Amino acid sequence: MNLKASETKAYIKAALKDKTLRQAVDKATQTALQKRAVQVEAEPAWEELRHKAHAIKCEVLEHLDAYLELFEKQAIANGMQVHWASDAAEAQRIVQVIVEENDVRSVVKSKSLTSEEIHLNKFLSEQNVETLETDLGEYIVQLLDQIPSHLTAPALHLSRQDIGKIFQQKLGVDYTEEPTELLAIARAKLREKFLAADMGISGVNFGIAASGCLVILENEANARLAIGLPRTHVALMGIEKLIPSFQELPVFLKLLAPSATGQKQTVYVNVVGTPLQKIAGEGPEQLHIILLDNGRSKILADPQLRETLCCIRCGACLNVCPIYQQVGGHAYGWVYMGPIGATLIPQYLGEREGRYAPFLSSLCGACHQICPVRINIPHHLLKLRKRVVDSGNSSRLEKLAFRLWAFLARHPKLYRTVTWFPGKLQLLSRKPFPVPAYCKERALGTFDVKGFRKRFIEMEEINSRKVAEAQRMRKE
Amino acid sequence: MKNRLHVALFIPCLSEHLFPESALSMVKVLRHIGAEIEYVDGQTCCGQPAFNSGYHQQVIPLAERFIELFHAKQYVVAPSGSCVAMVRKFYFDLDVRQQLHQARAELARKTFEFTEFLVDVAGIEDVRGSFPHRVTYHDSCHLRRELGIAEQPRQLIRSISGIDFIEMAQPDLCCGFGGTFSYKYKELSIAMVERKCRNIEESGAEFCIGADSSCLMNIEGYLRKHHKKARTMHIADLLATSIENGKKNLIR
Repeated sequence: MNLKASETKAYIKAALKDKTLRQAVDKATQTALQKRAVQVEAEPAWEELRHKAHAIKCEVLEHLDAYLELFEKQAIANGMQVHWASDAAEAQRIVQVIVEENDVRSVVKSKSLTSEEIHLNKFLSEQNVETLETDLGEYIVQLLDQIPSHLTAPALHLSRQDIGKIFQQKLGVDYTEEPTELLAIARAKLREKFLAADMGISGVNFGIAASGCLVILENEANARLAIGLPRTHVALMGIEKLIPSFQELPVFLKLLAPSATGQKQTVYVNVVGTPLQKIAGEGPEQLHIILLDNGRSKILADPQLRETLCCIRCGACLNVCPIYQQVGGHAYGWVYMGPIGATLIPQYLGEREGRYAPFLSSLCGACHQICPVRINIPHHLLKLRKRVVDSGNSSRLEKLAFRLWAFLARHPKLYRTVTWFPGKLQLLSRKPFPVPAYCKERALGTFDVKGFRKRFIEMEEINSRKVAEAQRMRKE
Repeated sequence: MKNRLHVALFIPCLSEHLFPESALSMVKVLRHIGAEIEYVDGQTCCGQPAFNSGYHQQVIPLAERFIELFHAKQYVVAPSGSCVAMVRKFYFDLDVRQQLHQARAELARKTFEFTEFLVDVAGIEDVRGSFPHRVTYHDSCHLRRELGIAEQPRQLIRSISGIDFIEMAQPDLCCGFGGTFSYKYKELSIAMVERKCRNIEESGAEFCIGADSSCLMNIEGYLRKHHKKARTMHIADLLATSIENGKKNLIR
């Protein structure tokens, strides 16, 4: 699902009328925030960690070329096969070659947003490769043929009743809304696929440059199975995901899980360096890492917006966003959603296709306040709004309106005359000044015919008259 | 005699055209604490609406005008966090004339939001007022998160005798106004103000106090349209009324 700019508004209107959706999103985001608050409270060094994480990420981005080279060298030394993909098509081709060489018929996938970015599931199914998402949330949205609605909780927009119905329809099981029963159903379906799969595909949370290792975080042990059972493991990683060494990892581990789900730690921290077969005598024989650019080096080259590449995909900015809380992630219409998504959409898709995204924000700044790597999202949104306008992608009417307004605001007398008008009209018609675009469920304030300036001048005249009067009285 | 504080009034558009009473209340409070007041004629808009919409080219001449008008004043005070944030922070994102760079920095140092000015500059801890009502306080986004002003207004509210100050749930949750956002994504904006108003109602407050007229217009607009009992009040109006009440009490 990739919404077009014009479809966003329609989606939002529909979402606002969908009570189940709103309740599900509200409950999930509030719970995550409450649990996060408990973890943050228990970590006295929280703010210090945020500063550190920001500094580490910025340093890596500053010298990303060197870190990537180091990572490649170490990964190859470990026995990994390293591939570079400049865009989605190239990444797909690399996967295709691996699939063909190993005669892969079925794939189990653990959660990877990067794979959504390159439409990997669709591509694999076109190659007649059966591809199954194994993260429970991903599995559910895959059954629905949707994209995730949250960075870390893909099926956050669904209630357990929804999920019960989906399982009943798609899997042919009896309806249940008991989480443990739903989990057991999914587990049974997935287990056989894990055992039969030819290839496992995963994302990567952190690439360790100095050691050439991959860190993959998860809660459900599905990633462990997906990257440990099949003969071949393909990991897909955006080039910005590197950190210098294992020494920096604790900073991010301490920040990520609390920010994402309010856990102290994720249940599993998987570290992969060498194909397991070489060490353990079982498990994957091949370990491939695809380093994906897909627009990232363009962002990297832009010092104003580079900071948006610091994102560790925790989803805290989604949870705290008053807009996301109302309508969920599908409103943004792309793989990355919420406040950080709003900054990434125009950068990846271009200012024309992504022109709506930077405006889908009230600029309240709660995202900046919560971000574990301190990305100043509202300021980036402001810069992107400017780019949308400068590239000629704002509406003609709006452009005209702001030009006219700016002209008036440079001419105080004219400005006063024009702004006097709504108040006068209101007074004559005895009705509030009509602003239909704003006033549906709320009244607009009343325009004041005099305005502050005039009232202030009058007040001053009265005051000075009083003072003069008092002085005269004293003299007499 | 101690040097008097000289305040140049920075009157935001909404205060000029829709809520002049609140700006007049600010004048009264500033006079009450002994400040000298000046209205700088010729001021219009700081440019924030256009800036937030991405029209920097249109804002630059307005910012230049504003800097020229105000930079030589001792203090510049506005009853709005977002307009102050515009001048103090976002003017630096604009490509204004080289000759004005120093003036821009000077202006940023001397521009204050009203409650910040009272507490941090004028050192007012207690306005010696009285207001026997239950109130709650809404944190405006730019005020709290761009300028870091959250304690100053609360301190002033708490100093009022007889007031029953109660925090609502999520006082810093955005009210949904967001300037042009309020009509670009009208339905979303309304859903957001609905939640804000629910928090206000559940606090049991008679008045929701705020320091930005834009948020208050949005909140009050919803409260009125939906026949809710609670009303909004700008903190300048609260302080001015409380000071008046306090004086009456003294006379009595």
